[in-house]
Amino acid sequence: MNYLLRRGCTLIITLLFVSMITFVLFQLIPGDPALAILGLDAEEGQIQELHAQLGLELPMHMRYIHWMSNVLKGDFGASIRFSRPVVDLIYSRLPVTLSLAIMSIGIAIIVAIPLGILAVRSHNKGSDYLISIITQLGMAIPSFWLGIIFILIFGLKLGWFIPGRYIPWNESMIGAFKSLLFPSLAMSIPVIAVIIRYLRTSLLEQMKLDYVRTAYSKGFSKKLVVYRHVLKNALIPVITVIGMMVASVLGGSLVIEQVFALPGLGRLLVASIKYRDIFLIQGIVMYIASVVIGINFIIDILYKSLDPRIQIK
Amino acid sequence: MKLKKNLALYIGVGIVAILLFLMIISLFYTPYDANKMVIAERFQAPSIKHWLGTDNFGRDILSRIMEGSQTAFYVGTVSVLIALIGGIIIGALAGYMGGWVDEVVMRIIDALMAFPSILLALVFIAVFGVSTQNTMLAIGIRSIPTFARIARSGFIQYKEFEFVKAAKAIGAGPFRIMFIHILPNVMSSLIIAASMGFATAVLAEAGLSYLGLGVQPPHPSWGRMLNEAQGYLMKAPWYTFAPGTVITMSVLGFNLLGDGIRDMCDTRK
Repeated sequence: MNYLLRRGCTLIITLLFVSMITFVLFQLIPGDPALAILGLDAEEGQIQELHAQLGLELPMHMRYIHWMSNVLKGDFGASIRFSRPVVDLIYSRLPVTLSLAIMSIGIAIIVAIPLGILAVRSHNKGSDYLISIITQLGMAIPSFWLGIIFILIFGLKLGWFIPGRYIPWNESMIGAFKSLLFPSLAMSIPVIAVIIRYLRTSLLEQMKLDYVRTAYSKGFSKKLVVYRHVLKNALIPVITVIGMMVASVLGGSLVIEQVFALPGLGRLLVASIKYRDIFLIQGIVMYIASVVIGINFIIDILYKSLDPRIQIK
Repeated sequence: MKLKKNLALYIGVGIVAILLFLMIISLFYTPYDANKMVIAERFQAPSIKHWLGTDNFGRDILSRIMEGSQTAFYVGTVSVLIALIGGIIIGALAGYMGGWVDEVVMRIIDALMAFPSILLALVFIAVFGVSTQNTMLAIGIRSIPTFARIARSGFIQYKEFEFVKAAKAIGAGPFRIMFIHILPNVMSSLIIAASMGFATAVLAEAGLSYLGLGVQPPHPSWGRMLNEAQGYLMKAPWYTFAPGTVITMSVLGFNLLGDGIRDMCDTRK
């Protein structure tokens, strides 16, 4: 409980710093947001009025507090381009990005854990080299290029999905799954490579410990030792790695959505950068960073509760 | 030092050497002018004349890949230098000073790490505009936390060593101790991180340029070539493979180089 409290404190401090970084960076944008909203031929009175409305005359720290109190109420302001609340836009695009993140991490876990175990069970010089070559390649291939290759092979040549057409979940479950499967696969490849590497090292380290020798001396087979004893312990550090992957998967989806023309947060963000839609960019950035921090918080708690030996100073 | 079995190092050095060679040659010679458009020769498949084919404007893809390597090395080197210098200064202060300085610096670093790397780069570009300089700055600043963490743990470890106490005893100032006495000991792990950071930078530049928010024309960039190639996947499927492969090989090469250097340092101990 004490730990939970302390971890909660750092969570809040980190969120505070993230909000400050996001806020201060956007104050550096040259130009007047009021002009961007009203257009260049706006009248002086109109501009003054909007300034007052947006709180632009206030000093920076007051504006930060103003902004932050709105954010806490779930109000990120309105998009300049769409004239709609930023929150509405984020929620309308969220299902795509969230599905991509969940599916790609899900695929990565399903594929990587058996492969990691296989790598350790058939542990010898030859297979070690093979695994390190494959995982190194997996980490080096840009996932967005992998996506382009998937479009070429599975979309255009084999016709398994129609590139550039997204079907929402509420329209057709199977359709949505099909349109999200290949982008998720492309995003999962580097994650798979990273998990296999960590799991393999973690398993091999555990195999050297005393309790494994004891298990062997009791006459258990290697298979039984690995599955019943070693795996449980080896998976704990892997959970942290999966947590670290959340940030990279969310980042990856920003580009992958562009490759597959999926209407997610990433496409919204890139488009809003090109239109210089400041409040929308600010909102999306703050939102994604908060999600990453929140998930890492949950994983830390999970990690701690799975292994009571972990002591936090 | 056991060099014999260090396969990662050999392959890494090999790939990086080939890329470096390609880049240096491109400074003096490319088979064709990388920006010359020949409409009559659009979408040519790889042949003796154009080894990697031509693109949608009839430009020679091999020449563009070669010139693109200049962009990749330029962005990679500058952003790694920014990250390295920034990381050393911040990590040294936090690690050596300790106390509240350390606490504040680490919280800021935690906050920076919460942004997916491409997101922070995108924010930076949204604020300061699209240009090659801003791409390098964005990638460099995003990588500072990684280097700062490594430098910090090194400085915390070494500040208790005898040679530091000895230096203090003979009256060396804090900056002299930090940068003349401790830094050389931390350098090997920073060099490993720099090699891998280079790989990350190449990948990030490719991603940003693919989105159209990185290196701008007329400078050829591998990432932007991937974007152009995607528009003509059916007509010219070979186009996407040249930049894709060369990005993959660069990332692979610098990652292996970093791994190899680490293994080399490990066996020496």
